[in-house]
Amino acid sequence: MPARILEIRRSVLNENDRRARVLRAEFREAGLLAVNLVSSPGAGKTSLLVETLRRLSSAHVPAAVIAGDVETDNDARRLASAGCPVRQIETHGACHLDAAMIARRLDGWNLETFDYLFIENVGNLVCPAGYDLGEGLRAVILSVAEGEDKPLKYPALFHSADVVLVSKIDLAGPCEFDREAALRNIRAVRPDAAVIETSARTGAGLDAWLEHLAAARCRFLTEKEAPPCV
Amino acid sequence: MHELSIARELVRMAEEAARANGARKVREVRLRLGALSGVMEEALLLGYEAACRDTLLEGSRLVIEPAPVRIHCPRCRRDVEPEGLQLMYCPVCGAAGGTLVQGREIELAALEIER
Ligand SMILES: Nc1nc2c(ncn2[C@@H]2O[C@H](COP(=O)(O)OP(=O)(O)OP(=O)(O)O)[C@@H](O)[C@H]2O)c(=O)[nH]1
Ligand SMILES: [Mg+2]
Ligand SMILES: [Zn+2]
Repeated sequence: MPARILEIRRSVLNENDRRARVLRAEFREAGLLAVNLVSSPGAGKTSLLVETLRRLSSAHVPAAVIAGDVETDNDARRLASAGCPVRQIETHGACHLDAAMIARRLDGWNLETFDYLFIENVGNLVCPAGYDLGEGLRAVILSVAEGEDKPLKYPALFHSADVVLVSKIDLAGPCEFDREAALRNIRAVRPDAAVIETSARTGAGLDAWLEHLAAARCRFLTEKEAPPCV
Repeated sequence: MHELSIARELVRMAEEAARANGARKVREVRLRLGALSGVMEEALLLGYEAACRDTLLEGSRLVIEPAPVRIHCPRCRRDVEPEGLQLMYCPVCGAAGGTLVQGREIELAALEIER
């Protein structure tokens, strides 16, 4: 049988990347910054979001949330307590969210009424890395309780971060958290990422985080084209 | 964990391209895999075998071509290869903040087909 080589050169995530680009353009058009929050399970995504939403809401900044969770709706209920629209994606075992899931959850929302759309990804430091959700900002959360070496062990995800939030900073003492080592490891993988230390318990770093969000939103809305998605 | 869904999409794309080119069978699939793709080779190979069942790709080989990380150094103004995933600076001048130009690919590069 004559064999033949066919050149294809097509990304396997092509379809997701295409959808994400469409979403990003829609978000920009609507004046909204989408924020993709990624971390290991339990690093504090929901807690940080609840505090973020409370502050935004008292400043009359409208925001919405899409929460991905493998099985329960616990996070969605906690988030709804902050008083803004929340939709849930129960992934039933899927280890990451993708752009199609986000697009389906937007139905019936008037995006122009929101300044921010927060997306809580599934707790996982591996799988979400390659899936663009159309976000304008990717925040990776590293809690002080999970070890300073995590950025070195999960470079694909940490390298994709625009900002790294070092969470549960109120526990730094009891966890014997080595701040210098953590910072060094984050910089080794992603030299130019912004780093903010936060605590959902004490509110430390929340002001800096909110300022970072506002600046990121301005930047996103004035950018001409979608940032390159390599 | 997501390697199975990557494998399924890879097989779907490969089969579509093979059929469009009148293939009876696919012998080999070549995949370019970036060092920062977040895909585990081992898991992908396992998923691939499962995903090939009952397709034109059944019994085919998956050949992985690694794509090292390259960044564009803002200071040297050219593409450079950092010394490692945990040393993402420009190896020439030490600058931080280079944009990634290669290393995230999960790309169906080529197929070897029989007609
Ligand atoms: N001390 C302290 N505890 C925190 C902080 N943030 C979260 N926690 C606790 O950490 C645990 C996990 O927090 P969550 O906010 O549910 O974490 P998550 O990342 O949303 O978890 P998953 O969605 O299940 O991956 C809870 O018991 C929180 O109360 C913090 O800043 N300080
Ligand atoms: Mg949560
Ligand atoms: Zn350089």
